[in-house]
Amino acid sequence: MSILVNKNTKLVIQGITGRDGKFHTGKMKDYGTNIVAGVSPGKEGLVLDGIPVFNSVAGAVKATGANTSIIFVPAAFAADAILEASEAGIELVVAISEGLPIQDMIRITPILKQNGTLLIGPNCPGLITPGEALVGILPANIFKKGNIGFISRSGTLTYEVVNLLTENDFGQTTCVGIGGDPVAGLYFIDLLQRFEDDPDTIAVVVIGEIGGDAEEQAAQFIAEKMTKPVVAFIAGQTAPPGKRMGHAGAIISSGAGTAAEKIAAFNKAGVPVAKEPNEIPELLRQKLKK
Amino acid sequence: MKIHEYQARQLFREYGIPVTDDVLCYTVSEVEKAAREMNRMVVVKAQVLVGGRGKAGGVKLAKSVDDAVSAAKQILGMDIKGCKVEKVLVADAVNITKEFYVGLINDRNTKTVTLMASAEGGVEIEEVAKDNPEKIIKFHINPLTGLLDYQARDIALQLFDDIKLAQKAASIFTKLYKLYVATDATIAEINPLVLTPDNEVLAIDGKMNFDDNALFRQPKILAMREPDEDELVEIDANSKGLSYIRLDGNIGCMVNGAGLAMATMDMIKLYGGEPANFLDIGGSSSPQKVIDAMNILLNDKNVKAVMINIFGGITRCDDVAKGLLKAMEVISTDIPIVVRLSGTNAAEGLEILKHSNLPTVSSMSEAAQKAIELSRK
Repeated sequence: MSILVNKNTKLVIQGITGRDGKFHTGKMKDYGTNIVAGVSPGKEGLVLDGIPVFNSVAGAVKATGANTSIIFVPAAFAADAILEASEAGIELVVAISEGLPIQDMIRITPILKQNGTLLIGPNCPGLITPGEALVGILPANIFKKGNIGFISRSGTLTYEVVNLLTENDFGQTTCVGIGGDPVAGLYFIDLLQRFEDDPDTIAVVVIGEIGGDAEEQAAQFIAEKMTKPVVAFIAGQTAPPGKRMGHAGAIISSGAGTAAEKIAAFNKAGVPVAKEPNEIPELLRQKLKK
Repeated sequence: MKIHEYQARQLFREYGIPVTDDVLCYTVSEVEKAAREMNRMVVVKAQVLVGGRGKAGGVKLAKSVDDAVSAAKQILGMDIKGCKVEKVLVADAVNITKEFYVGLINDRNTKTVTLMASAEGGVEIEEVAKDNPEKIIKFHINPLTGLLDYQARDIALQLFDDIKLAQKAASIFTKLYKLYVATDATIAEINPLVLTPDNEVLAIDGKMNFDDNALFRQPKILAMREPDEDELVEIDANSKGLSYIRLDGNIGCMVNGAGLAMATMDMIKLYGGEPANFLDIGGSSSPQKVIDAMNILLNDKNVKAVMINIFGGITRCDDVAKGLLKAMEVISTDIPIVVRLSGTNAAEGLEILKHSNLPTVSSMSEAAQKAIELSRK
């Protein structure tokens, strides 16, 4: 088992003819993801790498039964692309595009909710269920099928930690990069619930960072609702207040959102927090021994 | 992006939010002239992009022209949290019956623009939020309808007993919301909003920040940008596809990815060093980016050692290694550089760097320790 993406995923790629879209379509296809369609307005009829291209998501869904979409279009058009997918009945939308204005995200949120669309991102590396489906830009070679669930706000830090897990023989059920924006789709709690419900996941690794209070909420959720062990790491312990650390969401504002507060919240919930990424496999080992 | 108070006041006026009269001044003689023309009690306020200027002595009440002149002499040129005061605002000092707080922010949890209002104005709202959270009214605005008149009135009626005054305040709330959404703001604060003895409700201070991701469609806001020295370096880095924040330490770091860059800074600190910066070179291995990044790092005179931390994902380590070698051909420096490569094609990358004189390691912690050691030589 796994969460969100698997062998039944039928993927449509929005922005398939762009540079990034084309490149990562190849990578996802090589991994064995079931890509059924691409969308690029004005290019309907084109077949790229065996994948039929449509003018609209609705057209792609009608012809192929696509249930999941991944978005590579530029930030200024990304909110429109997310809504198009939602209105076409896509169940899970993964927005890779970075640099979306926050007001765009705020405006589309109630419509996604109304349509029951799940969104991951924007500004995220996507997700992977090793051995089944890659829906994102994650480097497939570092992942391995196994029993650990993985959620992270970051990209390369995810790769760093997943690589450590794989080297230490901790394979993964599903790894999700939720992205570094302040207003985003699915967050820690939504995904922790899914991992709790997934019979194959035996433990979860959470990689948080400074800014917001999603980690504090996750800690509370873990204490109240989770039976499976969770291990965490928080990036940005040395970040100064008021400075945006690359991700729009990674900013300590008016004293809130510091790493110290997040670490304290996790510790209180019985979640060990690694001092450095290297410690994560050992913490996981200890937790699973109990 | 941040703007000054005087700029926030301009935007308030454009949207019909009543603000006290003011004049922006760069010199003591301009302040003298402004105070003479206003011919009443004024307040002289430092225009800097950092908070806490009142506590730092950057805001002074002046009862006479002489007072205003002496205030200007003290404030102009003053250093507030590392920002030199280059201009002051001379504003009408109105009599105040009561002070309120009104602010709009993007709330991450509800994914809405949220209005916050409180009868405890004028003070640090963070302190009120911490000690007496019940004294702050919070209202999550539905983005599909915006802030409706009756909603604004309901909020205002919790602050004002008199419906006429509540209506004045409500009109300010809806105008502030319109301004906020139209300009892609991330914060819009009136602190304080005041009630005068003449039953006027008006803003006597304002703060606005804007979403960097939306500046592409906000040319008017972008034109208001007045970056300080540090920000100029950051903006220059951005134009080269880099994300850079200068810090106080002496170990320069160059990393691919924001999360990993933060973790790298933390690692340096964990092993007893101090990071000189946050620097994310993004997902590309182009030699030009590496050269640009090295130039930025080496321009910081505090840097005594450089740690390059790359985790190859889609980016291949052998490409990064080639980029580094090319960069090293153009850059001449005595500063020691430690390179850590891991992930996709790391072995090939390390092999390429063998022929350079760059020390290479394969783990993050080793790299941090090595860089700290070299910085102390």
